[in-house]
Amino acid sequence: MGLLSLAIWMPIAFGVLLLALGRDEQARMVRWVALIGALASFLVTLPLYTGFKLDTAAMQFVEKMPWMERFNVHYHLGVDGISLWFVLLTAFINVVVVIAGWEVITRRVNQYMGAFLILSGLMIGVFAALDGMLFYVFFEATLIPMYLIIGIWGGPNKIYAAFKFFLYTLLGSLLTLIALIFLYTKSGGSFDIATWHTLPLDRTTQTLLFFAFFAAFAVKVPMWPVHTWLPDVHVEAPTGGSAVLAAIMLKLGAYGFLRFSLPIAPDAAHEWAWLLIALSLIAVIYVGLVAMVQQDMKKLVAYSSVAHMGFVTLGFFIFNDIGVAGGLVQMIAHGFVSAAMFLSIGVLYDRVHSREIASYGGVVNTMPKFAAFALFFAMANCGLPGTAGFVGEWMVILGAVKYNFWIGLAAATALIFGAAYTLWMFKRVYLGPVANDDVKALLDINGREFLMLALLAIAVLVMGVYPKPFTDVMDTSVAALLKHVALSKLN
Amino acid sequence: MTDKLSWIAVYPEIILLLMACLITLMDLGVKSRQRTRTYLWTLLTLGVVALLQFMYASGGGTLYSLYNMVVSDPMGNWLKFFATIAVMVTLVYGRPYAADRDMLRGGELFSLSMFALLGMFIMISGNNFLLIYLGLELLTLSSYALVALRRDNATATEAAMKYFVLGALASGFLLYGLSMIYGATGSLDVNAVFRAINSGRVNPQVLVFGTVFVVAGLAFKLGVVPFHMWIPDVYQGAPTAVTLMIGGAPKLAAFAIVIRLLVEGMLPLAVDWQQMLMLLAIASLLVGNLAAIMQTNLKRMLAFSTISQMGFVLLGLMSGVINGNVYSAANAYSSAMFYVVTYVLTTLASFGVILLLAREGFESEEIADFAGLNQRSPLYAAIMAICLFSLAGIPPLVGFYAKLSVLQALVASGQTLHIGLAVFAVIMSLIGAFYYLRVVKVMYFDEPITATTVAAPFDVRAVLSVNGLLVLVLGLVPGGLMTLCAHAIQQMLGT
Repeated sequence: MGLLSLAIWMPIAFGVLLLALGRDEQARMVRWVALIGALASFLVTLPLYTGFKLDTAAMQFVEKMPWMERFNVHYHLGVDGISLWFVLLTAFINVVVVIAGWEVITRRVNQYMGAFLILSGLMIGVFAALDGMLFYVFFEATLIPMYLIIGIWGGPNKIYAAFKFFLYTLLGSLLTLIALIFLYTKSGGSFDIATWHTLPLDRTTQTLLFFAFFAAFAVKVPMWPVHTWLPDVHVEAPTGGSAVLAAIMLKLGAYGFLRFSLPIAPDAAHEWAWLLIALSLIAVIYVGLVAMVQQDMKKLVAYSSVAHMGFVTLGFFIFNDIGVAGGLVQMIAHGFVSAAMFLSIGVLYDRVHSREIASYGGVVNTMPKFAAFALFFAMANCGLPGTAGFVGEWMVILGAVKYNFWIGLAAATALIFGAAYTLWMFKRVYLGPVANDDVKALLDINGREFLMLALLAIAVLVMGVYPKPFTDVMDTSVAALLKHVALSKLN
Repeated sequence: MTDKLSWIAVYPEIILLLMACLITLMDLGVKSRQRTRTYLWTLLTLGVVALLQFMYASGGGTLYSLYNMVVSDPMGNWLKFFATIAVMVTLVYGRPYAADRDMLRGGELFSLSMFALLGMFIMISGNNFLLIYLGLELLTLSSYALVALRRDNATATEAAMKYFVLGALASGFLLYGLSMIYGATGSLDVNAVFRAINSGRVNPQVLVFGTVFVVAGLAFKLGVVPFHMWIPDVYQGAPTAVTLMIGGAPKLAAFAIVIRLLVEGMLPLAVDWQQMLMLLAIASLLVGNLAAIMQTNLKRMLAFSTISQMGFVLLGLMSGVINGNVYSAANAYSSAMFYVVTYVLTTLASFGVILLLAREGFESEEIADFAGLNQRSPLYAAIMAICLFSLAGIPPLVGFYAKLSVLQALVASGQTLHIGLAVFAVIMSLIGAFYYLRVVKVMYFDEPITATTVAAPFDVRAVLSVNGLLVLVLGLVPGGLMTLCAHAIQQMLGT
């Protein structure tokens, strides 16, 4: 069994084990098994990085065997510089989420932990799949555990949120399924993504395919105007669910753009880039303004996610290497930062059971350690130099200026909004005098919470100070991708 | 090999017939309320028959026997194998339920089920219009009696009555259509009819007229719109064990007669009947999915879901012949076969859970009865959830690959109309996802209204677990069953 298979199936096996064995009477044992499973699953992804060859854009750690012979579908896995970091990020966030749910979840602990472990394996599968059908199966299968996570452990309006999440994203991906089957027919019976990359397609076909993929990936990212499911879902999801959703699940959509839309329909991508750029700018500017007026902390961070993901899609569709690499770096940085933001809100919510900004004030007086972490993550969210948030945004803006000065300027302006809503929220929640008795009674974070926030803080800091390991991995693959996308497929 | 009395082809039918009669006799001496002895003998018989069918099916090869009246080919043998297993599983799930409802006063449940299975066998392997019709009648007559088995229950009796009247009407349609085809071609033999139509020397008007009636009759039996009205009433009214007996295995037989009559007999008329199937499919997907949303009764909801699922099967069946080209026929029909087989598998498990939750004096068929099932029994909730996600077509469950095969057959035709139909079908399955998810929601997100523990006999638990697991495992490794269906259909088309 190859490393990638191990990275996919180990968390799933642990998850199934938890579902089969755990009871709420043995919650302690269940938590430890979950943590061991998550840690082991993370450890097996490390050799992927250490053994990764930087000088090639080819797929590495490839595994291939027939899966459905009738449709020529293969169990085909591999990673390149584009997908490698997401495999590690997913496994890492999974560990953090298991720690985050430790004492917070007391009902059906085994199902909670099991769902997250299975979800983590499935998401790694999405990033590692090199076969279109395999990709789709993993992509869709993630809906089931997430639906249950939101519906079982979510907030008061959880059922609406769970259905909205499931049906909204399913609608997009069903159109993509037709596109995949169409490509299978067109390519003479192959689901191999690399084969599709070299398949000549006429202009109309490319446009149709581009929009069929757009339906799935834009909803998942989510891009304006199909982002409306995200705030509703984030607000109702349990803390761990929000963290995984923001940190990993949104990336599945952006990753899909790079793996499918751009290389399979490059001419259509160039032709419609203006639309994608426009939608991204709207997300960055307009949604940033929307975030500013939110009363609910989770909603605010959700809108901030939409805005940050706008930078990602902007980076992708300006077609230069610094923009695309910047988008990728931004995805990883946002993975750490958004998870940290949601987990911080979770820390407060567990104590006060309110997400309203107005319920807080002066938290720094009672929770100084926690406030320090929160300030750091808030800074990362605004893109302060030295934190992970800065690198990606800066690269995208640089790329955008190269492409067109005004677009770059617009994107840069958006950074101000980002700083404004994040810092204003920080001010209202943490600074000032103690606002009420709830805040007065707050206890500072315990060791478990400290560990979970510290892990993320280290990641954010390392990535901000020394992003070379991230960009080095990406460079060759991004250059190869752009070279491919620059060639027309019309003939 | 034709025109010989090769009895070997019909050994399973002979065994089934003899044992059905013997078990009916033997049952007269059984006193127990559970009818354990009858049950075990029935299972043993069906087990032997299934084994025999499995050997025939895996041996491959096509054999015509009894003067070309029946055919034993891999497609038929696999379908008969699956049907036998489905009836066995139905009996395992249904026996405790039936015992609680005073339906085991005699052993009719078992003997009628065996006769129904015999009817399915004859439908599946008949190579003669009249024989196929006789098999159909044997199946439906046994089913009418099964529905009425709870004779002191008003709804069951009403359902039986409705089923009988509408079923008789459908049989009339079918017979009328077949007689027209006989009139036009001068033969009842499937292959001879095919040759006659193919020769082009037959009056096309009579043929097309006959085809309309045949398709209408088949549509009744498959339960597709606008011939679907009996399905919800019968599904809801019949005792749940019998609902499963009607909604499970017979779908395989119905698929087989569609293939025997329309494909093997009337393939040259494909242009005509494909259009009819297309309209039926569109209507079924639309009505089935929209009507299912409003149901509060789970059995009724699953009835409408069946209608929409059969719409998908028809989509597969209607994409076999494109512009007079039969190149994609194997692809299309095997996708439909895969769909039906996996649908039956999923239906068995979902009704298995409904049967399991029913107790003496409590039917457990309202969706609300499933509230908080996850807290009462995580295992059965998981099995039901797997089935529902599978019916909704979410990977990695087997229902997804069924939908994938059919959509692939549609898109492979390259016709804009067919691709449009594929888009329509996926939008409809999005609506479908809503009502399946609603049941999952009730099981997982709602609080239980009763704390009653779920208890089941060992055999039910074991079979249900394997059944549910298969829906998942076949989703992880669907290749084998797909290839099996493809080979079976290729061989059927080759002869």
